[in-house]
Amino acid sequence: MSVAGRRTVAGITFVVLAAAAAVGAVAAASPDVRTVHVRLEHSRFVVDGDPAVRPGDTVRYVVENTDPIAHEFIIGDRAVQRAHELGTEAYHPPRPGEMSVPAGAVLETTFTFPTEPGSLILGCHIPGHYAYGMRVDIPIG
Amino acid sequence: MRPGRIARRALAIAPLFVLLTAVPALACGGLVTPNGTVNLVRTTTLAAYHRGIEHYVTSFEFAGKGAGEVGSIVPLPGVPTKVVPAGEWTLQRLLQEVQPPTLRFAAASEAVVPGAADAVVLFETEIDALDITVLKGGGDAVGRWASDHGYFLPPDAPEVLDFYANRSPIFLAARFNAERAAEEGVRRGQGTPIHVVVPTPNPWVPLRILALGRQPTELIEADVFLLTDRRPATLPQAVEANGDPRQQGLIQEVSDLASSPLLSDLSSDRGMKWVPDDGMWLTYLRINETAANLQHDLAIDASGYGQPDPVAAGYVDPVPVVDPGIARGLWFALGALVVLLVLGGIENRRRSSGGGLPA
Repeated sequence: MSVAGRRTVAGITFVVLAAAAAVGAVAAASPDVRTVHVRLEHSRFVVDGDPAVRPGDTVRYVVENTDPIAHEFIIGDRAVQRAHELGTEAYHPPRPGEMSVPAGAVLETTFTFPTEPGSLILGCHIPGHYAYGMRVDIPIG
Repeated sequence: MRPGRIARRALAIAPLFVLLTAVPALACGGLVTPNGTVNLVRTTTLAAYHRGIEHYVTSFEFAGKGAGEVGSIVPLPGVPTKVVPAGEWTLQRLLQEVQPPTLRFAAASEAVVPGAADAVVLFETEIDALDITVLKGGGDAVGRWASDHGYFLPPDAPEVLDFYANRSPIFLAARFNAERAAEEGVRRGQGTPIHVVVPTPNPWVPLRILALGRQPTELIEADVFLLTDRRPATLPQAVEANGDPRQQGLIQEVSDLASSPLLSDLSSDRGMKWVPDDGMWLTYLRINETAANLQHDLAIDASGYGQPDPVAAGYVDPVPVVDPGIARGLWFALGALVVLLVLGGIENRRRSSGGGLPA
């Protein structure tokens, strides 16, 4: 490739990266990405503030497990919760709205809610925890 | 007691003991198992209080091979001075005192109920095949220690451990060592009684821990014997037995002066020489309560004042202790305020008396 060609490619790469960075910065600074703190305490979800969201909201959850035992943070509808309750995956690698939270850990996950009104459930499926009461309804609307 | 008398009493007790060894008798502790299931059976405990010392006698049942992760956690009212093998028949003799052997035998077949900062290890000991660890720490620290040592903690464990740690940060963890159990030929269901000696001004018996990991509607059954210098007052107050075995609650079956033969027999058992010849009061409480309602412990006032401590019973949170550093700071600030007020008063008096600087 000629020098002019290399310059053209470099220029395009620079413009693309700059554009991507700008988009990312706008997203991070977007007022729509709300941060919600959740404490896992005495095997309960303690949500800081109102757990309700608006359709299409993107929420960054900062989750602190203050218990000496591990918990899970799973957002989903009843089918998702049922699948996890019956599932065999002992540890969930972090993915949007789903993660295992070891004892004492502080982790984050960002989740975008559906654009339709309704509700989802926040649950923990370590054996016995969901039945014990580790669930919170998240109204969307 | 003369040896011949001991032998006669031992013979009298022996048949009962054989029958009762088939009755699983677990400690007054929360059983924590690998898969979250809890198979807690009727527990029998002696909490004796004599001259400021609580003698806590209970028994741990071997759950069989492959149950290495099964252990128990028992909250204690203070730091024990010793944890030693309990006598051979103390718990059985107490049961014999309050229940005729035939009735006990009938009951035996029905007895099984379906079923931060780091913690500081104060000491460890072995009693037969049991590994015993006495821990000091908050609920979180003790929970982490238990998790790190292979104990499975059910979801209510964090709250229950905090409940106890707020009043006394001392816990006893007990677990069978599978290898030693095999070497010593411990059979499934065989109990290992232990005797915990705890100097404390404020005795209590942990009851809420019995509901650890249980469903709210599950029935918790336990026998608690109290042996005290005086007739004790308890909180909660036990209700009189009405003769109905289905009666629920904290039921007082016996409250009377301990008989001389009972005291004589108990004092002849291993580690029980502290039991006086007479003058002790025997209380037998039967617990038959749902896990949802067993959210308290049993506070005991054996002083004769009749005022068991609601904090010891778990009804009231303890008054938080002010950190010594903060207390020193508060005293310093108060002292500085007093000095400023005094200096201000002197200055005002000087000005009002015309003692100011000449203009």
